[in-house]
Amino acid sequence: MTRTFDLAVVGAGPAGMAAAIAAKALGMDVLLIDEQAAPGGQIWRGVEGVAATSDGAQLGADYQAGAAVAAALRASGVVYEPATQLWQIEPGWRLFTSREQQADIIEAATVLLATGAQERPAPFPGWTLPGVLTVGAAQILLKTAAQVPDRPVWIAGCGPLPLLYAAQLLRLGGRIAGFLDTAPPGNRRAALPHLPQALRAAGDLLKGLGWMRELRRANVPLVRHVVEIEALGREQVSAVRYRTSDGRERTESASMLLIHEGVVPNIHPTMALGCAHDWSDDQLCWAPALDRWGETSLVGLFVAGDGAGIAGARAASLRGELAAIGIARQAGRLDEGEADQRAGGLRRRLGRELAVRPFLDALFRPRPAVFAPHDDTVVCRCEELTARDIRAAAVGTPGPNQVKAFTRAGMGPCQGRQCGYTVSHLLAAAQKRPVAEVGFYRIRPPLKPVTLGELASLDRPETVG
Amino acid sequence: MVGAAVACGLVWRGAKVVAVDGGDGDFRASRANFGLVWLQGKGLGQPAYQRLTGRSVEGWSDFAVRLGEISGIDVHFQRRGSLVFCLGEGELEARRARLSRLQVELGAGEPDFEILNRHDLERFLPGVRLGDRVSGASLRPRDGHVNPLRLLAGLQRSFTLSGGTLRCSQPVSRLQPSGEGFIVEAGDERFAAARLVVAAGIASGDLAAPLGIAAPVRPQRGQLLVTERLEPMLPMAASGLRQTMDGTFMIGLTNEEVGPDTSVTVKAATSMSRRAVAILPDLARATVVRHWAGLRVMTPDGFPIYAQSEQHPGAFVVTCHSGIALAAAHAGEVAAGIVAGKLPAELSPFHNGRFDVPKAA
Amino acid sequence: MFRKLHEPASPVTIVVDGAAVTAAAGDPVAAVLLRLEPPIARTTPVGGRPRAPYCMMGVCFDCLAIVDGMPSTQTCRTAVRAGMRVERQHGARVIGQ
Repeated sequence: MTRTFDLAVVGAGPAGMAAAIAAKALGMDVLLIDEQAAPGGQIWRGVEGVAATSDGAQLGADYQAGAAVAAALRASGVVYEPATQLWQIEPGWRLFTSREQQADIIEAATVLLATGAQERPAPFPGWTLPGVLTVGAAQILLKTAAQVPDRPVWIAGCGPLPLLYAAQLLRLGGRIAGFLDTAPPGNRRAALPHLPQALRAAGDLLKGLGWMRELRRANVPLVRHVVEIEALGREQVSAVRYRTSDGRERTESASMLLIHEGVVPNIHPTMALGCAHDWSDDQLCWAPALDRWGETSLVGLFVAGDGAGIAGARAASLRGELAAIGIARQAGRLDEGEADQRAGGLRRRLGRELAVRPFLDALFRPRPAVFAPHDDTVVCRCEELTARDIRAAAVGTPGPNQVKAFTRAGMGPCQGRQCGYTVSHLLAAAQKRPVAEVGFYRIRPPLKPVTLGELASLDRPETVG
Repeated sequence: MVGAAVACGLVWRGAKVVAVDGGDGDFRASRANFGLVWLQGKGLGQPAYQRLTGRSVEGWSDFAVRLGEISGIDVHFQRRGSLVFCLGEGELEARRARLSRLQVELGAGEPDFEILNRHDLERFLPGVRLGDRVSGASLRPRDGHVNPLRLLAGLQRSFTLSGGTLRCSQPVSRLQPSGEGFIVEAGDERFAAARLVVAAGIASGDLAAPLGIAAPVRPQRGQLLVTERLEPMLPMAASGLRQTMDGTFMIGLTNEEVGPDTSVTVKAATSMSRRAVAILPDLARATVVRHWAGLRVMTPDGFPIYAQSEQHPGAFVVTCHSGIALAAAHAGEVAAGIVAGKLPAELSPFHNGRFDVPKAA
Repeated sequence: MFRKLHEPASPVTIVVDGAAVTAAAGDPVAAVLLRLEPPIARTTPVGGRPRAPYCMMGVCFDCLAIVDGMPSTQTCRTAVRAGMRVERQHGARVIGQ
């Protein structure tokens, strides 16, 4: 049975919740769907259960802030449906979802995608071994199951998240065997010119320094300028090997390695719909092209949050509120003047949040090896294809889709989420073209796997050809 | 696919060949192909097509071996037979009638197919749980199937390793007769040749016009679904349902007249799923990992065009929608005809002149 | 590989590959798998290689296991329920009898 709403919001993280609450307050009928069992997205994962506990206090105020928003969502009158995956959107808009193996259809005049971001795939030899996880995964385990590594853990990567997780882990009694900082030597110098502007968000910078201090006080071994890492082991990780930019090489015994090389917007839904995307050289990723309200190149389709560009939870909430205003304006519920007036303060605050980005993007620019893995490294995790396999198919000037057709890279269940960027970079390097020109896999539905039984049972009397 | 097969056949006969291919995002019929190397059910009303397809299907084993030897790529060709499942008695009867009529048109001796009722089918496919509405199937033991993506890779590699020159991502910008031969401009390059073969699928009409050959082709969309890898369940290819050597199931295809549009629809996904689940109910729990579409190259009567320009006899057009089943023939008799400068008499029913039907006075 | 910081407030029993395991209702099933030995969810269809949960957010599909008879279930998105049956998925899915 098809249901109809004024606005369907996909994703219950900071942006999705802010947008849904704001749109509802502006008088719209709003549906919010999310694939997780509880609201919060990734940054506020599990917040309803955890924020008020002592664990929550150790996770920090930024995390606990999500509890109030989740409560506001529950009280807002927004129709909120968790554990629901979106697998297709058709123009009109018609959304196709799946919940507990049951497919459903929703019609909405406007759609807001707040599907956030994922960690940037950072292949290295051994990254598919049990015991190698992303830092984000470890943090989610902390938030949703109060679990920590049972032995000293190695953390490798670059960005605010590894530092934050390391600090949280220490506060909760976890142990860190070593912190491998993979930020390349030139990053600090490159980031310096952006520092003055970044001081507008001095609070964030101080927080980062604070986390570093916690690590130093706990005597966590810190290795700077790590250019290469490798996870060794047969059935599980048993050792970590790393090399620094000045040529030092060490192999240390390890039972777990956490990796994080930045965050990239989730572009699968917007690419599947054919929206225009821009390549960002600063963040080394694609993001949908958006107007000042967050509308994509398709009328009635908006994006807010990290999916619009990596900028953190506060910026995500602001973008969500702005999108709600833009959507209400488009629906005729607000006139131009009212919309601009409501948006004014939000835009100023968003500007302050975005001011720190150039500095962070430069400071945490990933090392080149992330995009140029060794031949033996698995690139497509699903189909177990190596960098060598991709490089062999790159001869000539095939694009990512031809390479996909020939090698099966990108044809597994993750649909290119873990290999797409690597394949595009490998092609760019082999063909000496910019990545922006090489492009990305053509994304096709289903956006998430759906069973034949669910498809067969969709309420559709007509048949085709 | 068609061009690559013809190109291989030409270069194997000693010709010096340049093959020019379009962009990564171009409409490619080859990407939406089920990989069937079938004769079953084809050619109603045109026995020459049955004969052509029959020759190609029979010759496919040698063709696959040769491709494998030259390119090192195993195209996963298997000759296990073809099955067309029928739901309900009406479909089974209609299937029997169609295949009998085809046999009559062909005028051959023994039938090359069998009609299996439900009971026979269960014995033929032990361990396969059939849906309640499955009434039976038609079987043609001499048919086979192949991996279309590997086939294309195998053809292109065989071509280049046999001395052919391949240019990818270089769509033709200009093509015209010049003196005794032809000039082709693509990307930054300019090629001059004595013979020219246009095998550009739905772009063939436009490309062939300056050569004085009318090639009326239109795109016809075929959508298909691909599942995750499953344990082996179905040992042979069925129409609309095939388990590949990777273990994935391909389910499809639609036949839609929507112009050059490769977007996919949930409506089609639903109807394809319904039929698949009606045939093999266990598939209900399999997840679909990809849903995509390709464009078939359709001529007005559905049969190939093998034509030679009258004004410029060195120019040929080769186009069809069964590029895989006919690949052996394309690399064989069609390529031989192009090298000889004249297509063989068996292919004359496929000349484009057949579309000029004189109006009744 | 991972340990819980506290004992679950409302522990339940689930079955993993035939063995009874104590877990907290509502935790992601993937979290439970990461507390067991081996900490894996599946072995891959192509190479038979062991895979454990990797991203915990539904974008890697390495955490797939058979949950209550349903193959290829993303255990990072599936919440523990009393009496749940989990089996590690080896190779390609089997959906027949």
